[in-house]
Amino acid sequence: MATSTIVERPALVRQKRFSETYIGQWLTTTDHKKIGIMYMVTAFFFFVVGGLEALLIRTQLALPDGKVLDPQTYNEIFTMHGTTMIFLFVMPMFTGLGNYVVPLMIGARDMAFPRLNAFGYWIVLFGGLFLQSSFVFHAAPDSGWFAYAPLTECGVQGVNCIPATPSINMDFWALGVLLLGISSIAGALNFVVTIFKLRAPGMTINRMPLFVWMTLVTSFLLLFALPSLTAASGLLLLDRHLGTHFYQAAFNGDPLLWQHLFWSFGHPEVYILILPAFGIVSEVLPVFSRKPIFGYTFVAWSGVAIGFLSFTVWAHHMFAVGLPVVAQAFFATSTTLIAIPTAVKIFNWLATIYGGKLSFKTPMLFALGFVAMFLIGGLNGVALAIVPFDYQVTDSYFVIAHLHYVLFGGAVFAIFAAIFYWFPKMTGKLLNERLGQIQFWLMLIGVNVTFFPMHILGLLGMPRRIYTYAPDLGWNELNLLETVGAFIIAAAILVFLFNFVTSLRQGQPAGSDPWDAFTLEWDTASPPEPYNFKTIPVVRSRRPFYDKKNPETADWKVAVH
Amino acid sequence: MRIPLFRGKTRWGLLLLTLLLSSLLFAACGGNPSILNPAGPIAQDEANLFWFILGVATFVFVVVEGILIWSIIRFRERPGMPTPRQIHGNTTLEIVWTVAPSIFLFVVLVFTIRTMFQVDTIPTGGQQLEVTAVGHQWWWEFDYPTQKVITADDLVVPTGTVIHVKLYSNNVIHSFWVPNLTGKTDVVPGHNNEKWFSVDKPGTYHGQCAEYCGLQHANMAFNVIALPPDQFATWVSGQQQAAANNPQYARGLALFKSKGCTACHGIVGVNLNDFNTQPQTLVGPNLTHFGSRDLIAGGVLKNTPENLAKWLHDPQAVKPGNDMPNLGLSQSEINDLVAYLESLK
Repeated sequence: MATSTIVERPALVRQKRFSETYIGQWLTTTDHKKIGIMYMVTAFFFFVVGGLEALLIRTQLALPDGKVLDPQTYNEIFTMHGTTMIFLFVMPMFTGLGNYVVPLMIGARDMAFPRLNAFGYWIVLFGGLFLQSSFVFHAAPDSGWFAYAPLTECGVQGVNCIPATPSINMDFWALGVLLLGISSIAGALNFVVTIFKLRAPGMTINRMPLFVWMTLVTSFLLLFALPSLTAASGLLLLDRHLGTHFYQAAFNGDPLLWQHLFWSFGHPEVYILILPAFGIVSEVLPVFSRKPIFGYTFVAWSGVAIGFLSFTVWAHHMFAVGLPVVAQAFFATSTTLIAIPTAVKIFNWLATIYGGKLSFKTPMLFALGFVAMFLIGGLNGVALAIVPFDYQVTDSYFVIAHLHYVLFGGAVFAIFAAIFYWFPKMTGKLLNERLGQIQFWLMLIGVNVTFFPMHILGLLGMPRRIYTYAPDLGWNELNLLETVGAFIIAAAILVFLFNFVTSLRQGQPAGSDPWDAFTLEWDTASPPEPYNFKTIPVVRSRRPFYDKKNPETADWKVAVH
Repeated sequence: MRIPLFRGKTRWGLLLLTLLLSSLLFAACGGNPSILNPAGPIAQDEANLFWFILGVATFVFVVVEGILIWSIIRFRERPGMPTPRQIHGNTTLEIVWTVAPSIFLFVVLVFTIRTMFQVDTIPTGGQQLEVTAVGHQWWWEFDYPTQKVITADDLVVPTGTVIHVKLYSNNVIHSFWVPNLTGKTDVVPGHNNEKWFSVDKPGTYHGQCAEYCGLQHANMAFNVIALPPDQFATWVSGQQQAAANNPQYARGLALFKSKGCTACHGIVGVNLNDFNTQPQTLVGPNLTHFGSRDLIAGGVLKNTPENLAKWLHDPQAVKPGNDMPNLGLSQSEINDLVAYLESLK
């Protein structure tokens, strides 16, 4: 048999296995870098989907009595906008960045569990497609990303709550988030083990880059917060299909059980969406200021403090549900407390750029933009902790202003800082600087034009989640302005996509260290070989690559840590 | 390239600040349901807290963004600039900027908790009126248990009185919100939440559901109509009467009985004996004094004869998904029904 094979085929040409073809390499990979890139590309795809949904929302609300979407479609779109942006964009984007960067930063050759890592990615992809496929079946989730019971059990159309016949819209949601939760748990476990077990010699916990710190804290938050969401969705499915009554008041269940379970996941989740952004900014600001991060220990441990406190604040989403006043006083206090470590971080970032030599490359612009915008999100967040004022503005557009300053002005700005910063690492090419600057200014203007007026609309009494409004309530001009802003943001994203495609094909070669950076991921080729480092580096301080390039003034010689 | 960059930043900062200040001015003067235009003590307390936190936040905003922008300008890279000193931190500074925001936040917290207890404690003395606000999908019903009055879409109250609102829903969660008068309290099935507010001056105030409650959440508004106490008393005695039986509108009344309206709507004197015994099967608003109301169907329309005709012609076109079917009425039937219903003052 062997002989006949030799006769039929020319010698020396072995049939390529599937895993060796270009497509196969991606489909079968367990390399953390490839998986990281797949995560990020997938996340960005869903960012565009969620962004189109946002444009539909803003188009519908541009004018009073809007007729672009019918109410059912509008409700599906706003539900999917939130769900997509949170579960399918920000979370996988940070998982992808962490996947790519964390092993390189700690001098490891891969994640601890490469196959689990690949599993996590594929679940995100299929979980995401599963959720979005609901549009094809005209059954997109329509009860909000917060999915409050008993609305999720009665169906949005119902006159009386008849739990026996719900439409399948919210099944897509509940099953979708269950799937995505599995992926997040796998990813989080992998990060924890990788960070604890695979650090290069000499890289103690207190020498880890801050992005690694924040990824670690985020992973713990995921591990402890997600079970709550899983339980809540599980009970929801039981109620919907097996006749239990966990959330039904008529049968001595309690609708507030959902809210407690959901928000005891949901508030740590908020920090899951922002802590990695803190990490990114803590990496980018020092490099472009030519200084180490100011107060490393405080920046790291304030992140840990935020992580702990984030489990004690959930009921501040529920100040209007009629909790006992003493309980509300507790949650107002814990919410106020969590502002302190956040403030500490902002001061340390300011101190990092103070006295530095600032170069305003695109990653730096986005990091500075992050600080400027996140501050606003922090301040209006403190306002929301003022319980009596919260009675007025909760569930109004004021909250939408707050969460978008945090998640768009915050997380998205940090994500673009990270993309511009690490793109040369991943591709060996630089993104176009001029286009990057144009994108930044468009985004900064767009974000403020879109989201700042939402504060005022909230104060003017405009509730959230309404598909239309009457023309005589004084909301017309600001809504139109916001819609203009949304399209400015869309233009910025188009500039980025153009930049991405052209730079990928003919971008300026980056070399292995385009930013004169400090951390280990730059101490190897760009893009790195599958094994990352020829020899595992030995670490003697928090800035090992800086030490290598500046042996005279190395950190380990002059600073004790 | 560096110079225009930082110039742009300053300009943008100024622009942002102007936008902030001018828009707040706008909000304060703004007409209808602005929370900065309070017409009662609770909304006043809540608005005061806003101005207080706005002051604190503006101060922090100006200081921090100021330092940020100043640093961006001052420490921008210039030719021949030496490598900066490699400063890793300063524990004293860290303590200072941990303690400073803590003090600020503590002050904010004290005001928060004090006002919260004030706002949440229902006063016992003085003039009181008890009302039950029932959240339906998607309209509000208001029951006055003492006065034995039922109305919908309009909550009529006397000024200078403690309005004690009991919140009830047997379907999904709604939220009771009248921005000029009081912040939100959710209407949660199984939780008999209560709240209070009072109105200083007569007027009509826009209220609406503020918790997403399904398809037509957007069209679940109501009016709070505050009357001086004597006018309120007149209104109550009017509402306690059975519907007028004017032979002029007999055709409309006959249509009301024959076209199936009575399956969902009650009118005292027609298919109900009094306001006490409204059966649960009547899922639509009680129409006994429909003609005296300002709004139709959760505020989707103002109550005028033209609008009512539009509504009766095709309720699903006006408010898709609501429970009222298209009855297939002819134009003359609609005219008769409109004349009858609008006569129910």
